[in-house]
Amino acid sequence: MKDFIIPTWDDTDMGTPASKSTKLVTLTIDGFSVSVPEGTSVMRASAEAGIQVPKLCATDSLEAFGSCRLCVVEIEGRRGTPASCTTPVTAGMFVHTHSPKVKKIRKGVMELYISDHPLDCLTCSANGDCELQDMAGAVGLRDVRYEGTENHFEVRQSGEANPRYIPKDDSNPYFSYDPAKCIVCSRCVRACEEVQGTFALTIEGSGFDSRVSFGAKSDTALASDCVSCGACVQACPTATLQEKSVIEIGTPERSVITTCAYCGVGCSFKAEMRGDEVVRMTPWKHGKANRGHSCVKGRFAWGYAAHTDRILNPMIRDTIDQPWREVSWEEAIGFASGRLRDIQARHGTRAIGGITSSRCTNEETFLVQKLIRAVFGNNNTDTCARVCHSPTGYGLKTTFGTSAGTQDFDSVEQTDVVIVIGANPTDGHPVFASRLKKRLRAGAKLIVIDPRRIDLVKSAHIAAAHHLPLRPGTNVAVLSAISHVIVTESLMDEAFIRERCDWNEFADYAAFISDPRHSPEATELLTGVPAASVREAARLFAKGGNGAIYYGLGVTEHSQGSTTVMAIANLAMMTGNLGRPGVGVNPLRGQNNVQGACDMGSFPHELPGYRHVADPAVRDVFDKLWGVTLDAEPGLRIPNMLDAAVNGGFKGIYIQGEDILQSDPDTHHVAAGLAAMECVIVQDLFLNETANYAHVFLPGSTFLEKDGTFTNAERRINRVRKVMQPRNGYADWEVTMLLANAMGGGWTYTHPSQVMDEIAATTPSFAGVSYALLEEMGSVQWPCNEKAPLGTPLMHVDGFVRGKGRFIVTEYIATEERTGPRFPLLLTTGRILSQYNVGAQTRRTANVAWHDEDLLEIHPQDAEVRGVKDGDWVKLASRTGETSLRAKITDRVSPGVVYTTFHHPDTQANVITTDYSDWATNCPEYKVTAVQVGLSNGRTEWQSDYSTQAAKSRRILPAAE
Amino acid sequence: MSSDALDATIDTDAKLVRMANQIAGFFDTQPHADKVAETANHLREFWDPRMRAQLQDYLGKGGDGLSPLALAAAKRLAEMA
Repeated sequence: MKDFIIPTWDDTDMGTPASKSTKLVTLTIDGFSVSVPEGTSVMRASAEAGIQVPKLCATDSLEAFGSCRLCVVEIEGRRGTPASCTTPVTAGMFVHTHSPKVKKIRKGVMELYISDHPLDCLTCSANGDCELQDMAGAVGLRDVRYEGTENHFEVRQSGEANPRYIPKDDSNPYFSYDPAKCIVCSRCVRACEEVQGTFALTIEGSGFDSRVSFGAKSDTALASDCVSCGACVQACPTATLQEKSVIEIGTPERSVITTCAYCGVGCSFKAEMRGDEVVRMTPWKHGKANRGHSCVKGRFAWGYAAHTDRILNPMIRDTIDQPWREVSWEEAIGFASGRLRDIQARHGTRAIGGITSSRCTNEETFLVQKLIRAVFGNNNTDTCARVCHSPTGYGLKTTFGTSAGTQDFDSVEQTDVVIVIGANPTDGHPVFASRLKKRLRAGAKLIVIDPRRIDLVKSAHIAAAHHLPLRPGTNVAVLSAISHVIVTESLMDEAFIRERCDWNEFADYAAFISDPRHSPEATELLTGVPAASVREAARLFAKGGNGAIYYGLGVTEHSQGSTTVMAIANLAMMTGNLGRPGVGVNPLRGQNNVQGACDMGSFPHELPGYRHVADPAVRDVFDKLWGVTLDAEPGLRIPNMLDAAVNGGFKGIYIQGEDILQSDPDTHHVAAGLAAMECVIVQDLFLNETANYAHVFLPGSTFLEKDGTFTNAERRINRVRKVMQPRNGYADWEVTMLLANAMGGGWTYTHPSQVMDEIAATTPSFAGVSYALLEEMGSVQWPCNEKAPLGTPLMHVDGFVRGKGRFIVTEYIATEERTGPRFPLLLTTGRILSQYNVGAQTRRTANVAWHDEDLLEIHPQDAEVRGVKDGDWVKLASRTGETSLRAKITDRVSPGVVYTTFHHPDTQANVITTDYSDWATNCPEYKVTAVQVGLSNGRTEWQSDYSTQAAKSRRILPAAE
Repeated sequence: MSSDALDATIDTDAKLVRMANQIAGFFDTQPHADKVAETANHLREFWDPRMRAQLQDYLGKGGDGLSPLALAAAKRLAEMA
């Protein structure tokens, strides 16, 4: 089956953004009557009527600018020739887009442009993809009468060096800036401001001297504030800003709409192809999550798919001290299935399990949990959501009745006050951050609750109204203090609470939260947040209009992660901020398909659709369809699997697309658990850290090589489309099927759409989802069923899923992880823009240009008393382990707090983190670890031992003859 | 049982006690709830059978370190099974 299905939405550039008005205006353009929303430009109205007015500085992702003068038109009854991009339509207007007068003007304008532009079209990298070239054709330019005595594109003029010539800037690894090709249309500058919100680009000089510049004159693209999102490259009409991949390969010949495989924003992209080679990935403007925007990861960091480190053949070994042996798929699958069945024969049905991947598709995840439940015969399935958003599932299900965020991303356009807590969107969810910043520039207010001064607190043209720099581990205390102020100052939305929530529970909650021990003044010493700031932030959120809460792993990865999620839900309910656009509780999901992995029944206690395994009616649905009797007992969660392995009762594991040795806390314990197993099967693109302990390696496929769906943080189910054959021979769902069938599964899927049909047939919230619907709609947000055939952009509109919203008493209980004389500092961890989680993908791209090692952020005071200078090697130690890395001295962190990222295995921040976890879900407490920092001479003994062991375990024997 | 496996059991016993106490710690703060039943239910819903069995074994050995609520919930759990 050929899968190059491209939805038929029109990608035509309409010139200016769509108007949101619902009032229609009718006018006549070139004799055709056209009705468009009020506020539409004449240019866009013409495009709606099928008439393309020539243009250079206009594009529909940016506000009209009116500088190129190419789009001039004549309007009856008006003097002169107005620019169609900046002229709004009026009723009864008569427009002429192609009169002799405007034709002449356009030709003249083009002549002037071309007089300062090289005529090297044939060898130009934008040949065939250049709007200047197109416009020269469109206006019928046949001759250029002017020859500039001065120009910007010749290296030498009249035998002398041309002082106006600026050489190409190739500093950015992904795109080049060639000033010689620039027509100064300002599209790049405006894209950087309006779309990305970074303001890295500017126009320097005026008139003929105007030049695009990356910040200061001496800045290169790489050294500037540029975040390499690609918006400027996308907006550039010429070869001035151009992807290096296009320069190298040439223009693409076809494109396929697909979904990014990095974060939980789930951006839609066009994979632009030549043959089976990706030429570039460009953000798709009809993508409902990203609305045509992208970040450096999705836009550029896909080179890992073709990296030489990729393992393309299955491998096995008897013991982990042996080198790997490349074998056929048959032999690898036979070896794996034999070992798993042998373990079960000796140690019982429940002695094996598996981990589904939040990076793989819904269909793949569904099949892995089906393999475990139906073929292994137990419920020992879990997913990496265990270590990130499992408290979101528990907390929101308890309070609202559904384990997911309440809004779509468009909702941010209507918000008035935003709380961002425990999230760093400009780095972790950059495209959402750009949409948020746009709204903040338009006047919305921001409250940041984070131990660290993240970029959102203050950056170009935005500043938070309040930053509450709390001590790590005190989320519940700070949220309770905010709620205390709202309740005791009677700022709550009583009508909403009475109508939508359980009033008795609210009364209990109000009595609890009104106690003076929750007041900002009482908790100030504990949280480190000034009471006055908490009071002001609380009043702002309660009375500032539409209030929305966005949160990340800084909320969930704590011993009180689930309690914090419930505290957030309380806050949203008491202020009436649910059930309409602009409000809501919005978990920012870490990985592309964390939401989907949870939906698909990856958790050991829940079948697909969040239904407990103990429910006989739910089991019955699957028992009948699968012809098995499912285990009614909950299975082991990832940390429990490792504990059980250390105890000797858990012996085999199938891990798809997950690197638990690097990503899970307390590395020593993870390693001990893995080492105690008899059969560790790793399915991945690369020999990841976990594979050091594996007996079977099954090569995986990338998102470019398979069909399926991802579900993003908005509950949006987006299609992933295959643009090339799997380099390893099989898509991941096919590999799972090979293993299942070797163990007697008897599966017969020939396409992932059949898996989706099975999901729809068994899972009520997905009942209406099919590939046909996704082709038609582009994407759909669950619940999608009889009640909501086109999906559900907003949850809890007329009532909560569970009926009445529940207020839960959220008592602050301090974590057992405490600072003391040996470990006086608190370590918290996070991500950086250019790298992604364990870095397996991004470290294998040119993104290392921005971040090639993890650094320890430490406050100047803490550094000084330890004699640490910027760039020094320091040893970071906790009660579980120690590692070393280089210090970065910054006041972004408060005194007493240190921070690092976890992208590099040679640092391995998780040697430091502990096995403490959320009370309800066992989500590890990554965000609070008591540590000490001291000067070091370099790597620790553990680090060198680890790299020696890793190198040894990655040896591959030459293939047998 | 080898000494390594014995150490491991002692280690995971401590972990189970901590986890049970954490769960009880939350339900202990809930007004009006049948705290023992809620805690026991949570253990029943989220802990796999061998973890629950290990908790029962530990209870049999005296249940040292379990908070009063966790201890009561562990006993209730035995009645539920």
